[in-house]
Amino acid sequence: MFSIRALIASGMICLCLFSTAHSRDFGRPATPEEIRLWDIDVRRDGSGLPAGSGTVAAGATVYENNCVACHGPNGQGGIKDRLVGGQGTLSSSSPVKTVGSYWPYTTTLFDYIRRAMPYPTPGSLSDDETYALVAYILNLNGIVPADAKLDRNNLPKIQMPNRDGFIPEPEFQVIRNSR
Amino acid sequence: MLSKDKTPQQSADDHRVSRRRFLKVSAGAAGAAVTGKAAADTLADVPPREPGDVLSGHSERSQYVHIERIPEAGPGKRNVDPIDAINSKTPLDKLVGTITPSDLHYERSHSGVPDLDPTKHRLLVHGMVRREIVLTMDDIRAMPSMSRIAFLECTGNGWENWKSAPDNVTVQNTHGLISMHEWTGVPLSFLIDLAGVDRASTWMLAEGADGAGVARSIPLTDEVISEAILAYGQNGEPLRPAHGFPLRLFLPGLEGNLNIKWLRRLKFGDRPFLTRWETARYTQLQADGKAIQFQLRQDVNSVITSPSGMMEIKPGYNRVTGLAWSGYGKITRVEISTDGAWTWKDASLNNPILPKAQTRFQMDWEWNGEPTKIVSRSTDEKGNVQPDRKSFIAKVGTNALFHYSAQQTWAIDAAGRVRNVLD
Repeated sequence: MFSIRALIASGMICLCLFSTAHSRDFGRPATPEEIRLWDIDVRRDGSGLPAGSGTVAAGATVYENNCVACHGPNGQGGIKDRLVGGQGTLSSSSPVKTVGSYWPYTTTLFDYIRRAMPYPTPGSLSDDETYALVAYILNLNGIVPADAKLDRNNLPKIQMPNRDGFIPEPEFQVIRNSR
Repeated sequence: MLSKDKTPQQSADDHRVSRRRFLKVSAGAAGAAVTGKAAADTLADVPPREPGDVLSGHSERSQYVHIERIPEAGPGKRNVDPIDAINSKTPLDKLVGTITPSDLHYERSHSGVPDLDPTKHRLLVHGMVRREIVLTMDDIRAMPSMSRIAFLECTGNGWENWKSAPDNVTVQNTHGLISMHEWTGVPLSFLIDLAGVDRASTWMLAEGADGAGVARSIPLTDEVISEAILAYGQNGEPLRPAHGFPLRLFLPGLEGNLNIKWLRRLKFGDRPFLTRWETARYTQLQADGKAIQFQLRQDVNSVITSPSGMMEIKPGYNRVTGLAWSGYGKITRVEISTDGAWTWKDASLNNPILPKAQTRFQMDWEWNGEPTKIVSRSTDEKGNVQPDRKSFIAKVGTNALFHYSAQQTWAIDAAGRVRNVLD
């Protein structure tokens, strides 16, 4: 025998399910496999970095084949952004912002190359090639030695010269909301 | 002269515009400066009426109206080949009112304008959420919608004048990286509830489907949660490709590049994601070599759009008009100086005056023919006052590249030529 209370309770459950189902009419669940395809951001602690590795020497070849046309030999003198040098110029009247002088994190460099470069075919480099390219550009800037080999474990630990060069805007330093 | 159906505010605005005074000076010798050859004119010379063109599916501009954006590169890099351009500026000197026609809204992209098929476009919502979901454009267009009129401004707007003032530029060159539309879409708050975003999530990564995959971290403040829109409409029609078709983020009052175009991914987290654009690019280098990061709000600003750079005026009656805006809220006051910032008069503000929206201001002025400088300064409802250039530069230096919001001065020489100057 069902009690009235149980009937009311089950009715309420039905109502809840109905209204929840209504809100779930929008979209479908994302599968872990498809999220992996798009979840490309790399955070400062290295989360998001893929498996694989690359050396400075391998990176020189990747650079020659994919980057030199825009960024110039050795990361300077190209028609697009300069990648090398400029350290010590940030407080001058003509600051030179490069990977070596301005970029605060190596993880951001990996993220950016992987998502946006090479300009005509973004995403075309393998993870090994991307690690190698990061190693090569950092070596050109004197940040890692010529025999460096980077992977997901050692890349986030590399300290960039300008890592302390940024001051958060006070309004957005600590985010709170009333949700 | 005031019609009965006007609100007291509109009547007051009309009064401040001083119509009677306008009629008086127009009728005198000074009127010639405004109306050109009006004195020698006869209605007999006006072409006769005749039947016009057949109806069409699309309204073109008059053959007598020449109005377009201009593609440019960085500061000082004008008249470039479109392939070398990084932005395309709105002709503020040729626009009236406050709404920008959709084809003239300023354009900025980081790897061109992608050609996205809306039936294949998807929005992935994931990270610190209860439900990781994929949405189609049909899903998004079926959700509750809202519309809002607000400005969108590139953080590089004004960057011509950081270090020097090129004297051959128009207001389109100096300030053409701001525009305003009615934006329509789904409130971000709806999506936050739909996905069940974790209450501990304080930042959201928004990512585009363009070649560069432009991605920015958005702080989830109460203001952002209550005002952000996942926009699919601009000025009553679907977004145009240059402005993010089929879907973009719109964040009233915050710098342009946060308003991710071609939006395809929202990832919720509890700290900034530190993409290239929020570290190596859109950060403001100060004089000491340190850079301000996450300076996201567009400051109180204004510019006189007429008379402005490269125009010529004549002695006598001139109307001074321009645009003011603030990422903090409504514009409450615009003052104009016609004597090089020595004395100031209140300009009248045209209705409607909306929060985080371009506001049209105007003032009567009789120019005596002596060389002078004209300048505007705006105040918003939070009490922020647009700084003069010297104070502004003293505070931030000349290397910031972005977030230039100092008062704009136009010099007028004895021949009536209007030119860009620093102050």
